[in-house]
Amino acid sequence: MEQFFQQLTNGLAVGAIYALIALGYTMVYGVLKLINFAHGDLFTCGAYLGLTLVTTFAITEHTGPALGFVILVVLVMALVAFLGAVLERAAYRPLRQSPRLSAVVSALGASIVLQNSLMLIYGASYLVFPSDILPSVPVQIFGIYIPLLRIVIFAISLAMMVGLYLFIQKTRIGTAIRAAAIDQGAARLMGINVDRVILVVFLVGPALGGAAGLLIGLQYGQVNFLMGWSYGLKAFTAAVLGGIGNIPGAMLGGLLLGVIESLGSAYVSTAWKDAIAFCVLILVLIARPTGILGERVAEKV
Amino acid sequence: MKLSRTAAFYIALVLVLAPAPFFLNAYWLDVLDSIGLYAILGLSLNIILGHAGLFNLGHAAFYAVGAYTAAILNTQYNIPILWLLPVCGLTAGLFALIVVRPIIKLRGDYLCIVTVGVGEIVRIALINDVFGLTGGSNGILGIQRPHLFGFVIRRPMHFFFFIWAFVALTVFLFTRLERSRFGRALNYLREDEVAAEGSGINTAHYKLAAFIIGAAWAGMAGNIYAAKMTVIAPESFSFWESVVVFALVILGGAGSIPGVLLGSFVIIGLPELFRGFADARMLIFGLAMIVMMIFRNQGILPAHPRPYFLDVLPEGAMQPESASGSPGEVPAAKEPL
Repeated sequence: MEQFFQQLTNGLAVGAIYALIALGYTMVYGVLKLINFAHGDLFTCGAYLGLTLVTTFAITEHTGPALGFVILVVLVMALVAFLGAVLERAAYRPLRQSPRLSAVVSALGASIVLQNSLMLIYGASYLVFPSDILPSVPVQIFGIYIPLLRIVIFAISLAMMVGLYLFIQKTRIGTAIRAAAIDQGAARLMGINVDRVILVVFLVGPALGGAAGLLIGLQYGQVNFLMGWSYGLKAFTAAVLGGIGNIPGAMLGGLLLGVIESLGSAYVSTAWKDAIAFCVLILVLIARPTGILGERVAEKV
Repeated sequence: MKLSRTAAFYIALVLVLAPAPFFLNAYWLDVLDSIGLYAILGLSLNIILGHAGLFNLGHAAFYAVGAYTAAILNTQYNIPILWLLPVCGLTAGLFALIVVRPIIKLRGDYLCIVTVGVGEIVRIALINDVFGLTGGSNGILGIQRPHLFGFVIRRPMHFFFFIWAFVALTVFLFTRLERSRFGRALNYLREDEVAAEGSGINTAHYKLAAFIIGAAWAGMAGNIYAAKMTVIAPESFSFWESVVVFALVILGGAGSIPGVLLGSFVIIGLPELFRGFADARMLIFGLAMIVMMIFRNQGILPAHPRPYFLDVLPEGAMQPESASGSPGEVPAAKEPL
């Protein structure tokens, strides 16, 4: 039972990170119908920028751990959001009127560019992420000791998800995003500046992805320029699992995927961990072709 | 007779490639071998992605099934690898049938992520030494070279002729396929699935058939790859491999056979030319992909819609009114029901 709860909490923490990345995929997909393959690499950028801020600029040393940590997260989010906006401007905006496939190839190209820029700047080997940013004390909850880091990751992710949900549901620009996701043309006719909506999506999504990168760096203690591929793929899987384009779906899909993976690697086989996630995805899609929370879209004739 | 653009392209390609073995060294011949291999893979994906319009980002899975079939049967049972060529096509096709059958009804992007998943599951299964046959992450060593009428295909130059002959065969067959009723059906369902369904095209059936043909051909490419390398490992069949083939089809021109051939030269050949830039070459490559899509998003050599000339119709078939007597008379409108 002890092991089960350890795995469950671990799964929830990793799943929350998947959910943060998945939100970026799902928001972009919702508005542009584009699989943003470069999103996973923006996530890697977040991890590396966090590393630079911690080691080179020693952000957390001047302040206390709590305040320093918050500043770190906010700075990383801002920087990655900026990168996301640049990416949208350079690689996606010129392709707004093109067939969808060419935007996908442009996204793949952007992913290669980001990946190799990181490799040229930071080198190809694994870099160690400092582990002393947060005190590594276990916290006792219901008689089980859970590392503080895991709780912080889960709490931050959850806070961001709630924040995003409120942003999308309650604010004017959030309403505009939802409108543009339903019908871009009609949204434009209602006086919504769709280009601005897309820009906001490319600020918010990468900001969350960058924060996720930082959290993954903290969780696993190392970063590599290629890690965006696998996490991006997992997160995209999570988004599809929940129903792509659907924001609560991405959250649910991410958490579900994290827990399934964590329990699967504990009770089935570690070597098959990644395969389990994809098997679950395929089984879910056979039963529900548009994901768990996805709505059935009627074919237009 | 006026030469069509496609024919001109093929003639130019043959004129460039035919003297290549006599001028290039073994390294560049090997690059040309790789280009040929990717051209076969690209042409096989072109059936699925270009003609049927199905997003398949897991093509490496079918390639892997073919390569491992060849490697296992060759090393365990000593069956000559060339004989295994059709067997590899068969197993890869069968694998596609089993895997794709349940998911064929998924819409575009859902299908895309599932093919990614299939590719990853296959790679992980190979690493985990599934059924104790695949040799884990080390892969399979000691695959024999192909024998052709007692002649051993060994050196890059031999493979050059072998691979490009297979490319030529593929181009010939797939051109025939493209112009057949089957090819038209695929194009129809790519353009408008609902209309195709409405015109009596069994879309699920045709999509599945496209997948099986593409997979079978990728399986044969896998056989050639195994024979060329004599050692295969799971890392050769990663997601990245699928991405490369996907990119070369789109970049060259989806649905266009000359486009795919040119795409494989650009995607596989150009990074070799940039070897001087060492580390930055993939960066340039990525930038080139973005720029290319911005300025020419239909690919380098896009597919042109095929004209159908009506002069093949029998005499008088174009004038139905001449048969029904008084020309120009409009038949009386029926009473509305």
